[in-house]
Amino acid sequence: MNFSFLPEYLPYFLTGTVSTVAIAFFTVILGVFIGIFIALMRLAKNPLLRFLSSAYVEVIRGTPVLVQIFIIYYGLPIHFPNTVIFGMDLSRFIPGVIALSINSGAYVAEIIRAGIQAIDKGQMEAARSLGLTNAMAMRWIILPQAIRNILPALGNEFVVVIKESSVVMIIGISELMFNTNIVRGATYIPLEPLYVAAAIYFLLTFTLSKVLGVAERRMRSSD
Amino acid sequence: MIETKDLHKKFGKLHVLKGIDLTIDKGEVVVVIGPSGSGKSTFLRCLNLLEHPSHGEIIFEGVNITSRQNDINQQRQKMGMVFQQFNLFPHLTVMKNLTLAPMKLKKLSRENAEAGAMRLLERVGLTDKAQVFPAQLSGGQKQRIAIVRALAMEPDVMLFDEPTSALDPEMVGEVLDVMKKLASDGMTMVVVTHEMGFAREVGTRILFMDEGQVLEDTTPDLLFTDPKTDRAKEFLAKIL
Repeated sequence: MNFSFLPEYLPYFLTGTVSTVAIAFFTVILGVFIGIFIALMRLAKNPLLRFLSSAYVEVIRGTPVLVQIFIIYYGLPIHFPNTVIFGMDLSRFIPGVIALSINSGAYVAEIIRAGIQAIDKGQMEAARSLGLTNAMAMRWIILPQAIRNILPALGNEFVVVIKESSVVMIIGISELMFNTNIVRGATYIPLEPLYVAAAIYFLLTFTLSKVLGVAERRMRSSD
Repeated sequence: MIETKDLHKKFGKLHVLKGIDLTIDKGEVVVVIGPSGSGKSTFLRCLNLLEHPSHGEIIFEGVNITSRQNDINQQRQKMGMVFQQFNLFPHLTVMKNLTLAPMKLKKLSRENAEAGAMRLLERVGLTDKAQVFPAQLSGGQKQRIAIVRALAMEPDVMLFDEPTSALDPEMVGEVLDVMKKLASDGMTMVVVTHEMGFAREVGTRILFMDEGQVLEDTTPDLLFTDPKTDRAKEFLAKIL
């Protein structure tokens, strides 16, 4: 095993890691917003909204994320500025985050929908029988209970996003996987840089799932 | 107070209610009995539009609540409902279960809502449970809380959907006691139940339903001693 490249090329891995975390962070936030929006559409009374939202979920889940990223990158009519922040070119970074968010949003929507639908029907009926409006019943009765089902599953989705974000390297975003390839090319060492990348990804996801596990236990014990 | 005109309800091909015409007056305690699947729960749930009738009208306090222009939330505040499965809000304390609707809908201050809730808890002997979560209550206690949760909105009528069917036998009594007290205070009540003792003792009127129709509409004494229809005779022979 030859890790002699590490001292010289460590900064590549570090900036790549920062980029990966930034991509995952923005994707998760945007993805949750999209997910809430789509989930509300799926639960709406209007059949058109229901159709559009389930079509969205089916199409996104039924096509490869790689294809989605290419379509967004080449298909978006807006050109974002070539400003570089933390070694990332915004004209690539923004479409990358948008594509990943659109993808993640479909999964988040399913998580939220399942979390809401898992609440016993009687809760909504009891709330409505008191005269609360549908929105009030959602806000005060259904969502506070659904959140307990949703958060743990959402945590898993965050872990998935960190790993999936590696595919945006194909549109030239210099995140962890992209930089790893640079190191492989520059040093003619094909294998060992991949070990380093794998270790970093694992460190990120393992830490995150431990943190989420603690948060989940806290939430349970406050019942 | 409540009038139904030619009420029908279909679930797909299943015709559950086949034309119910009734008038329920203020102060009546109407007990609804009948075999399972006869439509009695569906009828009750139509009264506050938890189920929307497929055909017919419901007039509550002079308002046609089945009309499209009507905002049912207004009338639901005046119609308390108690469910078989209690349906307390598990994430809220007993106190918050009781004060949520009065505070959100009647805009009562927290102090006023809580004072009202304490008076109601006193009536059912559960003042010591005010800060407890529903999971820590017995079935009988849950149902008593569910009753006062509905009463907290000061309704004009109370609808009971098999309120004792999910209870252990030793807890049925405490819930029926609360309902008896309520009836003797003059509350208008519509009660779907299998408790024939309660029907006889408290009911001022009894409806026997079968296959989506009201077959007998009389007083409990008359129904139990002298049922007019064969279906009612059969049913009573099985349960009494």
